[in-house]
Amino acid sequence: MGIQGWTYLFVFITFSLYIGIAIWSRVVSTRGFYVAGGNVHPIANGAATAADWMSAASFISMAGIISFMGRDGSVYLMGWTGGYVLLALLLAPYLRKFGQFTVPDFVGERYYSNIARLVAVVCAIFISFTYVTGQMRGVGVVFSRFLEIEIFWGVFIGMVVVFTYAVLGGMKGITYTQVAQYCVLIFAYLLPAIFISMTLTGNVIPQIGFGSEIKGDEGVYLLDKLNGLNTELGFAAYTSGQKSTIDVFFIAAALMVGTAGLPHVIIRFFTVPKVSDARVSAFWALFFIAILFLTAPAVAAFARTNFLQTVSNQPYAEAPAWFKNWEATGLIKFEDKNGDGVMQHYNESNPDYAAIAAAKGWAGNEIIVDRDIMVLANPEMARLPNWAIALVAAGGLAAALSTAAGLLLVISSAVSHDLLKRIILPEITEKQELMTARFAAAAAVVVAGYFGVNPPDYVASVVAFAFGLAASSFFPALVMGIFSKRMNKEGAIAGMVVGIVFTAAYIIYFKFINPAANTSVNWWLGISPEGIGTLGMLINFAVSVLVSRFSPVPPDTVQKLVDDIRIPKAN
Amino acid sequence: MSETPQENSAANPALYWQANTKLLLIMLSVWFLASFGLGILFVDQLDQFRFMGFPFGFWMAQQGYIVVFLVIIAVYVFRMNKIDRAHGVEEEDVDSQDF
Repeated sequence: MGIQGWTYLFVFITFSLYIGIAIWSRVVSTRGFYVAGGNVHPIANGAATAADWMSAASFISMAGIISFMGRDGSVYLMGWTGGYVLLALLLAPYLRKFGQFTVPDFVGERYYSNIARLVAVVCAIFISFTYVTGQMRGVGVVFSRFLEIEIFWGVFIGMVVVFTYAVLGGMKGITYTQVAQYCVLIFAYLLPAIFISMTLTGNVIPQIGFGSEIKGDEGVYLLDKLNGLNTELGFAAYTSGQKSTIDVFFIAAALMVGTAGLPHVIIRFFTVPKVSDARVSAFWALFFIAILFLTAPAVAAFARTNFLQTVSNQPYAEAPAWFKNWEATGLIKFEDKNGDGVMQHYNESNPDYAAIAAAKGWAGNEIIVDRDIMVLANPEMARLPNWAIALVAAGGLAAALSTAAGLLLVISSAVSHDLLKRIILPEITEKQELMTARFAAAAAVVVAGYFGVNPPDYVASVVAFAFGLAASSFFPALVMGIFSKRMNKEGAIAGMVVGIVFTAAYIIYFKFINPAANTSVNWWLGISPEGIGTLGMLINFAVSVLVSRFSPVPPDTVQKLVDDIRIPKAN
Repeated sequence: MSETPQENSAANPALYWQANTKLLLIMLSVWFLASFGLGILFVDQLDQFRFMGFPFGFWMAQQGYIVVFLVIIAVYVFRMNKIDRAHGVEEEDVDSQDF
């Protein structure tokens, strides 16, 4: 069977599985719809959180980014795992004890104000929509590349599937499909990595293998070899870093704090029975995430080595089969600038290397590679059978759909629960609220699908900034809501507004108003727009504390609420 | 860490909170040191050592802290369960899981 046949088969099987789970897990109460009834096993919740968290970007793009950036790419690995320590220690157990349905719920109750709730609703919807659009786009892209059908139909199929389990099963349906999706995506990610590791280093465990010696070239470490290959072509050594330390520092912090502040991750911890379950569940979440995140740098190093050895400076006529396959998709391009029939790939923007290249008769870099190819074409580079190649498509879809579903639930509950039930129409019945929640989820699927097919220009650049926005708005309000009894609504609202406005303004200025100035010389303190969320967060903290000191102490009921969420035992 | 088990079930929330924040601060210091310290600030200095074939700084920057993060959460979960019991604030068991 060909790659397409296998892909159709896997997509059919996995999608049937997801829909089957949806039908099995229909819900009839708002508690079921918002928090899966609050009785998900902590290990199951850990796997669901991992799938919820790992998006199309982590599955498809992350290893490619590391592959091209070397050590500088590590900031994503750190940022997207370190946030779980903050979640486990500072947020998850206390928010679980609070025991409501949404993040704006906590903000609204703790800061005894519907204005605070509204600010939180707006932040949650904005962050989630930018994020979900990227996921729907990812679904369309995977479909179009592996099955050669139009992006529209790819997105449409994805929408139907998410629609079924998110609208029918709410959080319960989403939880158990996410567990299944985790299994699919981790298997699809590990399998090619294991084979490549065995071929290149003889080590079965890819996570350790990329530090080993090269097979058939004993005594030479793979990473040393890779450093040599890189520098030979004018690139920086793979294991060295180029970015300024302060910028790396701020970007890592923004990603970490942003992770801990993202509503779709936080609400996953509302679904476990107990406070102690929320803590241990955070461990399992990071454990399941770590399996992929420890493999990603290995995939990156292997792919880079393979790429430089089999493509760079080889005659085009002898290019490997996968190269030709992916050329058809436009993800890899060859242009014979000096007409010698050989594919030259080197760092043409390195001034020190220009003379060397000229001496060799090279007329510029001739290969343009899309980073995503390092994961998508990985099984082909390893010469795996067709079914293993098709598995990557199923894995990419699982990663995108699971994240999309979690985000859609945040949007739907923000509308039906926080906006409608808590602010506009408090008198509606549970049945009506549940109905609204389903409608809101359905509407969100359609809007996300529309933007997936017609992505506004800003989306690609904004997704990366959702973290900065979450870091500068939610995180300080949540942490101080738990750890400071003195924090009042005036302080929290002022902090959230100033934090998110500052961060958004900095990003909008450098990305949209004056992109030409987006260089380290013009950045404040040398902090790039990617890292500015950290500064926004610090400003949020400072403003909150300052304003709260000059305004009234929170009422007694709120202080009692804080006392209560700090203690696991129910009163 | 002092966890004098209290016989009386009347919990003292202030003491419990103190024990919790103390553990928190220790764990967060380790978190900061492993990620921002070893993974970013001192990465070049660490590269002169080899670890399982990796330059040590590079390994810390790509994998090391993830392992440390897991250990931090595991230790925190374990210690907190103990602190909960010592202060008599642990939860009662709830009904079986919905599987």
